[in-house]
Amino acid sequence: MATATEFRTCPNTGLKVDLAAERLIKANAVVAIVFLAIGGLFGILVAFTRWPAVHLLPADWFYLALTAHGLDVLLVWIIFFEIAVLYFASAVLLNSRLAAPKFAWAGFVLMVVGALITNVAVLQGDSSVMFTSYVPMRAAPNFYLGLILFAVGALIGCFVFFGTLVVAKAEKTYEGSIPLVTFGAMTAAIIAVFTIVSGAIILIPTWLWSYGLIPDIDPVIYKLIWWGMGHSSQQINVSAHVAIWYAIAALVFGAKPLSEKVSRMAFLMYILFLQIASAHHMLVEPGLSSEWKIFNTSYAMYLAVLGSMVHGMTVPGSIEAAQRKNGYDRGLFEWLRKAPWGNPAFSGMFLSLLMFGFLGGISGVVMGVEQINLIMHNTLYVPGHFHATVVAGTTLAFMAITYVLVPLIFRRELILKGWARLQPYVFGIGVAGNSLFMMGAGTLGVSRRHWDISFADASLPFDYPAAAFLMMGLNGISAILAMLGGLMFVIVVVGSVFFGRKLGADEKVSLGEVAGSGRAVASYGSSDTIKIPGTAVLVAIFFIAFVLYYFVNWKYLSEIWPMS
Amino acid sequence: MAEADDPRPAQSGDDESIPLMQRVLDNPFLLLFLGIAVPALTYLIWGIIEIAQVPIAD
Repeated sequence: MATATEFRTCPNTGLKVDLAAERLIKANAVVAIVFLAIGGLFGILVAFTRWPAVHLLPADWFYLALTAHGLDVLLVWIIFFEIAVLYFASAVLLNSRLAAPKFAWAGFVLMVVGALITNVAVLQGDSSVMFTSYVPMRAAPNFYLGLILFAVGALIGCFVFFGTLVVAKAEKTYEGSIPLVTFGAMTAAIIAVFTIVSGAIILIPTWLWSYGLIPDIDPVIYKLIWWGMGHSSQQINVSAHVAIWYAIAALVFGAKPLSEKVSRMAFLMYILFLQIASAHHMLVEPGLSSEWKIFNTSYAMYLAVLGSMVHGMTVPGSIEAAQRKNGYDRGLFEWLRKAPWGNPAFSGMFLSLLMFGFLGGISGVVMGVEQINLIMHNTLYVPGHFHATVVAGTTLAFMAITYVLVPLIFRRELILKGWARLQPYVFGIGVAGNSLFMMGAGTLGVSRRHWDISFADASLPFDYPAAAFLMMGLNGISAILAMLGGLMFVIVVVGSVFFGRKLGADEKVSLGEVAGSGRAVASYGSSDTIKIPGTAVLVAIFFIAFVLYYFVNWKYLSEIWPMS
Repeated sequence: MAEADDPRPAQSGDDESIPLMQRVLDNPFLLLFLGIAVPALTYLIWGIIEIAQVPIAD
């Protein structure tokens, strides 16, 4: 028996909102933030232990906390929030009902149960195998079982998204092609399917191995396929947060992409090539040929990098075009100076864009080059890189869109608006410090995942340079700042959801946007102009930084690896 | 008579006027197939074949 779908009309955008989709968006977003808080707590324990002057936890607790931190923030927080984004970008932006909400709830329950089972397994202390869980380290069977259930739930969420695309097209709820934000979310969903299939291929046999039903798992095969999941899961983030950049630009400024075609081609480069960045984890494995390594980390991967550089230009470019159209047309940067820097949705999004490009993007390409990868392979440089991409890039973008979702979807006014204005800066500066100082320590040789860099109880003593200890201390101080920013976010958002003033059904909410900008997020079409001189200067600065850093690393390699 | 009043163009005409690349980008399931097949071939399958060819120590 079919049940009628209930809708409300969004007073800001005029879009129909399926109430079933809205409830699912709320549930996924709330659980995401709970796990962000839990994972962040474990993160601060890790940072305080790696700070040599503090060295908080004993070794066994350190590896437990590191496992829980990686699991909860790299996987659970991110994927729950991405499922919320998928439902928002399909049902809400396409003016459609959500396909199969009961399946969506089943997926949600599986994800919650899976996340809890794996967390309990980690907290019981016999699964401190870290997020990567490389064999032959063996975790408790429930560690793998929880991950498998979580992945199945997320896969159901992806197919509910694809089903909603089919429903919206069949019921003609939109005209022409889907909006760019939905296209970006679709890119994330496609990469998610590859990610989850890779996870299933390796985690199901590993689960059976943990029971002793399979005698052994080849460690290199495990590592290859696991990274098909582990790194690709971070490429879901990239696609999702780029979609969010476009969404915030549209919601706040009424910005349309400079060129729909170019931005879609950039997303296509992600769909085809972004997942293979996983290969940079395999660059020192002797069993794989240089052809495989270079094709997957350089030739083909650079097409995905090209996609990121296109987005890196078109997102600020679309904002510049919209701002100039709105009258901020003087000089190179009036459009940027007069941007709403006190609006956390915009400031969070723009900081995310800058830090993802300058810190995460450049370091990612450097790490993907087989030769210079050797300088920093498996050092603390790697967490430095992914804190720039996943935390400064993705998490900050997700935080930014949350400031929009609270009034639009939860229908609550934000509380503590002063805190909300400051939060992206506090969190962003803290995470930028984490990223830079971890990369600095990694460049000095400090290994990742190491409990004690002073090697106090080692039979063969080893001293890192004093600068490495300074970097670890600065990383600890940055972690305090990032923790404060994260705490401010949780307090503002959770407080607003429970105690914020309820908005009336027809009450419009100010997002600091220009009049009538809301519809741009749900429509297809390019900007009227590509006159973006300010963005061109920013892009030139980016390229100069990119080239300089790239060649500095080759110079560094030549110094530590002299040829005579 | 109905054709003249109907604001919607004929479906076949729609398809012909849409460029090929846009039709590709408008097909989520083709993109899903490509997004799984390309990395599966270049990263997973090629990688597994290479690792499987490493001789096992005696």
